[in-house]
Amino acid sequence: MTGNRLGNTVATAILWAAGFFILGLLVFFLAYILGQGFKVLSLEFVFGPAANGGVGPQLFNTFYILVLSLLFSVPIGVGSGIYLAEYAKPGRLTNLIRLSTECLATVPSIVLGLFGLIIFVNFMGLGFTILGGAAALALLNLPVLVRVTEESLRTVPHAYREGSLALGSTQWQTIRRVVLPSSLLGLITGITLVSGRAIGEAAVLVFTAGTSVSRHYPDFNPLVSGETLAVHLWYVRGEPLVANAEAVAAGSAALLVLVVLFFNLAIGLPARIYQRRLRGSS
Amino acid sequence: MENKFVVHDLNLYYKDVQALRNISMDIKKQQITALIGPSGCGKTTFLRVLNRMNDLIEGVRIDGKVLLDDQDIFGPDVDVVYLRKRVGMVFQRPNPFPMSVYDNVAYGPRIHGQRNKNKLDEIVEKSLRSAALWDEVSNRLFKSALGLSGGQQQRLCIARLLAVEPEVVLMDEPTSALDPLSTLKIEELLRDLKNHYTIVIVTHNMQQAARVSDSTAFFLNGDMVEFGPTETLFTRPTDQRTEDYITGRFG
Repeated sequence: MTGNRLGNTVATAILWAAGFFILGLLVFFLAYILGQGFKVLSLEFVFGPAANGGVGPQLFNTFYILVLSLLFSVPIGVGSGIYLAEYAKPGRLTNLIRLSTECLATVPSIVLGLFGLIIFVNFMGLGFTILGGAAALALLNLPVLVRVTEESLRTVPHAYREGSLALGSTQWQTIRRVVLPSSLLGLITGITLVSGRAIGEAAVLVFTAGTSVSRHYPDFNPLVSGETLAVHLWYVRGEPLVANAEAVAAGSAALLVLVVLFFNLAIGLPARIYQRRLRGSS
Repeated sequence: MENKFVVHDLNLYYKDVQALRNISMDIKKQQITALIGPSGCGKTTFLRVLNRMNDLIEGVRIDGKVLLDDQDIFGPDVDVVYLRKRVGMVFQRPNPFPMSVYDNVAYGPRIHGQRNKNKLDEIVEKSLRSAALWDEVSNRLFKSALGLSGGQQQRLCIARLLAVEPEVVLMDEPTSALDPLSTLKIEELLRDLKNHYTIVIVTHNMQQAARVSDSTAFFLNGDMVEFGPTETLFTRPTDQRTEDYITGRFG
C-alpha cells in the first residue's frame, strides 16, 4: 500500500514538473523575445515602409500570402477531409489518398520550397512572386488540413447523422447542416493551427516569394516578390550589410509572436463562443 | 384493418452471419406493433430494415420482400431519402442536434423546402404540442436542445420526427435510457399518436409492450417465433419459447 502511494506521489510530481517545464519555457521565450523587441516596436516600425526602416510591407505580405494560401488549401484540404470522413468506403483508393496525404505531410518544408522554385518560379516562369509563395505554402498546409478536417468530423457522434438521415435528409444536407456545424470548432482550430504555422514559415517562402518587397505599399499585385516577416527575420540575420540588423531582427521576432497570438485569439474566441451557444450550458 | 407494411420471407445477412431468418409479418395501419425479445435477437435489425437504415452499415445483405403500401421498398425506383421521410425513426438514445429546440424541430421541414417563417413557427408549435413538450419548452425555444433533460430530449426527437409528417414511426427502445416518469409520459404519448401514425416499437420491457401495443412479435436468435394480438401473445402464447420468455425463464 505504501509503495502504491509513493508511486502515485512520484508520478504526480513528475507530471506536474513536466507541465510546469512547458509553461516555464513558454514564459521564458515570450519574456525574452518580447523584452528584446519591445523597445524597437513602434508604429513607424510596424506599419512604416521599408525605406524608413519599417516592416510594414513584410507585415502586409505575411497576411496577404496567408490569405491567398488558405484560399487554395482550405477548399481542397477541407473537401478531401470531408470526402475521407463521410463518403470514402474502405478500399484501395481511400488507402491511396490517405497514404498520399501522409507522405505529403512528411515532406520537409525546405524541399517544398525547392519544389516551388522549380515549378512556380522557373517552369511556370512566375519568378519570385506572392502567388507562387502562396501556392507552395498551400502545398505545405494541405495535408494538415485534410487530417484535422477528417479528425474533427469523426468526433461528431454517429447518432447525429442517423438522426438526420432518418428524417429523410440527403447525405449532403446531413453534412452541411448537422455534421459541419457540430465540428466547426475543430475545423477552426485546425485552420488556426495551419495559419499560425504559415505565418511563421520561412523555408518555403525564401525560394518562392523571394526576399524583397515591392516599392509600393500596400501592393495587392500577386505577381510581385513579397517578403514576409519570418523571411525578413531570417534574411536580416544572415545578411551582414543590413544596418541595424540586431534591432530589426528583435523587432520582427516580437512582432511575429504578437501577430500569431493575435491571430489565434481573433479566430479562436468567436468560435468558442459560437460553440458554447450550440452546446447550451443553460 | 389495412396493412401498412407487408414483410414476406425476409432474410438478412451481416457478412457471413444470418441475422434474420424467413421473417413474414403484416404491420397494421394506425396500430402499435411491438417487437420483443432478448438482446441480439434481431428485433432492432428488423426495425432498421423498415426504413432502410441498414443501408448505412457495410456488409449487410437482404433478400425477401418488404412492401410499404404495396410498393417494394427495395425496388429499383425507390428513393431512399423519400422512404425515410415517410418512415421516420426515434432512436434508443435521445439524439437532438446541437442547436436550439426550435431549430431541431424545424430541421426536417427546412430540409424538405419549407422556408416560410410563419409556417415554420406553426409546425414547430404543433409538433411540440403533439409530443407533449410544448408547455415545458415554450419559453426556451431558442436555447440549445442539449440543455434539456433526457426525457425531454427524447420527446423533442419525437417532435422533430412528427414535424416531417411521416406515415410510420419506428422506435428503437425509446425509453430504455429514461427514468420511469419520462417513460410514462412517452407511453401516454404513444397512445395519442396511434390515431394518426402507424407505430412499430422495439422494447426490452415486456410490460411496456403489454401496456401500449396492439400486436406483438417475439424474436429469438433471428427467428420470429410468434406474432399476434398482444393480449393473446401474453396470456395464451402458442409457442413454448414465447411462454418461457414472457414468464421470465430466460432473457
